[in-house]
Amino acid sequence: MTCLPTSTEKRLGLVIDLDTCVGCHACVVNCKEWNTGGYGAPLADIDAYGEEPSGAWLNRVHTFEVTPVAAPAQIVHFPKSCLHCDDAPCVTVCPTGASYKRSEDGIVLVDEDMCIGCGLCAWACPYGAREMDPVAKVMKKCTLCVDRIYNEEIPEIDRIPACVRTCPSSARHFGDFNDPESNVSILTMARGGYDLMPEMATRPVNKYLPPRPKTNPAAQGCASHSTPTVSAPGGFLGWLDAALERLG
Amino acid sequence: MHPAISVIFFTVTSGAGFGLIALTGLGFPFGGGALSVFLFCLLGGGLAVAGLIASTFHLGHPERAWRAFSQWRSSWLSREGVAAVATLSLFAIYALIWMMTGDRLLWLGLIVAAGAAYTVFATSMIYAQLKTVPQWRSRWTPAVYLAFSLASGWLLAAGFGDLPGAGIWGAVLLALAWGIKLMWWRRAADARLAGSASSPESATGLGFIGKVRLLERPHTGANYLTREMVHQIGRKHAGILRRLAVLFGAIVPLMVSATVWLTAAPEWVLLAAALSLFAGLFAERWLFFAEAEHSVSLYYGNR
Ligand code: SF4
Ligand code: SF4
Repeated sequence: MTCLPTSTEKRLGLVIDLDTCVGCHACVVNCKEWNTGGYGAPLADIDAYGEEPSGAWLNRVHTFEVTPVAAPAQIVHFPKSCLHCDDAPCVTVCPTGASYKRSEDGIVLVDEDMCIGCGLCAWACPYGAREMDPVAKVMKKCTLCVDRIYNEEIPEIDRIPACVRTCPSSARHFGDFNDPESNVSILTMARGGYDLMPEMATRPVNKYLPPRPKTNPAAQGCASHSTPTVSAPGGFLGWLDAALERLG
Repeated sequence: MHPAISVIFFTVTSGAGFGLIALTGLGFPFGGGALSVFLFCLLGGGLAVAGLIASTFHLGHPERAWRAFSQWRSSWLSREGVAAVATLSLFAIYALIWMMTGDRLLWLGLIVAAGAAYTVFATSMIYAQLKTVPQWRSRWTPAVYLAFSLASGWLLAAGFGDLPGAGIWGAVLLALAWGIKLMWWRRAADARLAGSASSPESATGLGFIGKVRLLERPHTGANYLTREMVHQIGRKHAGILRRLAVLFGAIVPLMVSATVWLTAAPEWVLLAAALSLFAGLFAERWLFFAEAEHSVSLYYGNR
């Protein structure tokens, strides 16, 4: 049913820490690995080893350059997967009922047997979180590893989404945003977690933690970050510097 | 957005078909016998059906298309499907009664006309509902679809039917439709993604640090998103396509309509105006898709 639930018991989702993500793409690879053998059709690639490889991925890491007014540019690696929005526009546009949001935990899923592959849900998602599988011709998206998190066949430590499990820098956290005591709620509170494109009124569940402020060289007494001045060295180097100065 | 030929064909053809169906339901004068009534109704229904069939070509699983009738409570695409099938069924009954008895049931015709108008409106809302494409999200979008549906339906009805002076009314409806389209184009020029509330800064939430620019895409190759929504090739010939749209969609059919009216040429000459309008509308719809900018472009360093 493509009407959205008015509220969900749990609001499961991710916190993504842009301060600690190093852009290694491990989450991207592990997501692909898990989801190609798990829920639904395999995540296909076309021409994987050829001239123009292209395929369906549920999680991708973009890299942005951010330039402050008076400081050097900084690089921010930016992982992006479905944000499991409370007001998910991708669900309400779906003509078949294939797209739905679960009332028990808020996960947004696609029933691949019902999907006609019209692509309208991907048009409705502002974030580019849905991709059509090039072989199965059905819509693929992050399932929050619904086949891991409740899976009693695997060790308890693995019952979290594959991306979270694999991240070597702990930039991804999984939990219930309805529980104020959960790790994700506490992190969001403590670090000022925010929504992507709030103007789209999708009310995403996933939150992003901003990069912590960089130490600003200008504020530390350097004249300018673009022409660093070198203070006169002491000791042997100072003597050498002075000696060469006299020769020159 | 990627301009899919099947979807362009669908919106133009079924738009004209439902326009013709609506006018028939409203009682557009038509003098022929049972056989010509049959052919006339077949044209309206056939155009609408051809468009609907074409629209299934862009589906990944056309064999499951029937499932799209289920979610009319939330989905405009589903509503369009339900309305199209309901309207076509009622129109078939209307046509049958007309052929058999020679009677045109006004009450049934009015329902058919309302259904046809609603179907075209629902088609336009599939696009107009999307917050992600600012150029589409406007009241002008349904107005454009309805106006062109009426104008193209009228030129066909006038060409086959028996309404004296239908040509001049065709010209009036066409001028009205193009007036609305010009307003749409003017608004679209002001509704670029660049001027919207969304930006690389809002997309990443990093605007509080400074200016945000994409450094690297996630993968070196293209993907579904870049092909479907960050599509830019289609915009290359936008200028010439716009001139072609106006030439074939407005100038030629207006001149034909005016000539028919002034010279008392036979009404079927108006069919030439209709054909030219179709060609113009193909260009107009191509641009409707190709020039539309989707918010996901912000994550790929484009607009
Ligand atoms: S991120 Fe996109 S696909 Fe996921 S729930 Fe939100 S709108 Fe839907
Ligand atoms: S592509 Fe599938 S899931 Fe998406 S709107 Fe169409 S039918 Fe629904």
